[in-house]
Amino acid sequence: MTTIRIPPVLRAQVGDAKQVEAQGETVGEVLQHLLSQHPVLSDQLLTPEGQLNRFVNVYLNGQDIRYLGELDTPVGERDTLIVLPAMAGG
Amino acid sequence: MTKTYAELLRETRAGVRELAPQEASQLADSKPAHGRPARYIDVRETSEWQEGHIVGAVHVPRGHLESRIEAAVPDRDTPLILYCAAGNRSVLAARQLADLGYTDVLSMSGGFQQWKSEGRPWKAPVVLSPEQQRRYSRHLLIPEVGSEGQKRLLDASVLFIGAGGLGSPALLYLAAAGVGRLGIVDFDVVELSNLQRQVVHSSDRIGRRKTESAAETIRGLNPDVTVVQHDEMLTEDNVARLIDGYDLVVDGTDTFETRYALNDAAVRAGTPVVHASVFRFEGQLTVFAPFDGPCYRCLYPTPPPPELAPGCSVAGVLGVVPGVMGLLQATEAVKVLLGIGDPLVGRLLIYDALDASFQEVQLRRDPDCPACGTVAAATVADAPADSSQPLETTLS
Repeated sequence: MTTIRIPPVLRAQVGDAKQVEAQGETVGEVLQHLLSQHPVLSDQLLTPEGQLNRFVNVYLNGQDIRYLGELDTPVGERDTLIVLPAMAGG
Repeated sequence: MTKTYAELLRETRAGVRELAPQEASQLADSKPAHGRPARYIDVRETSEWQEGHIVGAVHVPRGHLESRIEAAVPDRDTPLILYCAAGNRSVLAARQLADLGYTDVLSMSGGFQQWKSEGRPWKAPVVLSPEQQRRYSRHLLIPEVGSEGQKRLLDASVLFIGAGGLGSPALLYLAAAGVGRLGIVDFDVVELSNLQRQVVHSSDRIGRRKTESAAETIRGLNPDVTVVQHDEMLTEDNVARLIDGYDLVVDGTDTFETRYALNDAAVRAGTPVVHASVFRFEGQLTVFAPFDGPCYRCLYPTPPPPELAPGCSVAGVLGVVPGVMGLLQATEAVKVLLGIGDPLVGRLLIYDALDASFQEVQLRRDPDCPACGTVAAATVADAPADSSQPLETTLS
């Protein structure tokens, strides 16, 4: 299982969990597994075409997946994904 | 037997090796294959040193010569070129150092006066006023800051976008640190609900302009600081004018429109931006250094829909969180201004107050970035800073 860190703005939609676990061989599969458990997140993470929204970044062990293999980036059991949407508050 | 000063000087000079400024310069510039390079020792009084000295010289006033030379030059075989104003005191000092066991002591004939008259390089050291020396004494003790660094801060200018939750603590600490010119862009007035976190303001200033309130606090904290009040909202139309002339920008705003407008103008002007944002118990921080690291559009090419990014007035924020993030912004600003340490360029720090944890993710420049990517960079290089058209920012 891969650990996914949920950003504060989305926590209410995953039962106030700070982290959740999901299965998959790639980042895309892990996110799809997350969305199957919490479909309400779908619009916020992905475009209608299934791509990552440009206002959300996903980091695999601290590295932006856009510079790895995007949603096809392979993930391992002990990997951590950070979902990070833009915040404007100041 | 008594001697006159002239006799003493003549006798001492006879036993001291002297060299002309030109020979001194050649000796100091040479890199010996064995042993240590020669050092200049300025034996004049402090007031003379402060008016100018040879670059690279160590100041050991003759009155403290014996007590301080060992700390300044521990190796007694280091070649020493002593100089004073005209080449007399340095002869007497050379004799004293020889008596202390220094083996290679020379006196520069003609002294600093001849050195200057020959057009040789010298510099005036940074001189802080006695009050500044007391005020910044803790900075002056740090080798990475010192008088030179403090002068750099005093000569620096930083623009704050917003005197709110992030701007308040950062303003206080940059003012305390002696950053000489602080600009503040804010069109708001102080409200009661601000005071849970916006510590640069106070209860008796509710209803007054934030720029005015912050300026009053800063004046009370440090009279060395000049505050420039910009009572206006930052927009695409005025941003280039607002940031012009500042060394660095601290972004403490709370809307995406402002953040994108600032980013694009700062990239065009080549001005670094210390960026932070907060949400409830969490903060993000990074430093955007144009063309050295990613910019805000590399990080987030488009803003999120409003429901995914509520501001503090909607979602709330723990008051201390912008305090922590604002102070981290001030820290990064000081580092960038001083050119010390490893600023948070190309890295984003995530602070979680509930976990008391920091996480870091790596950021990269996007070669296709409309603000700082390959094509945009070429455009910026060809155009004046304020000539580019605003980039499109689609707010959902």
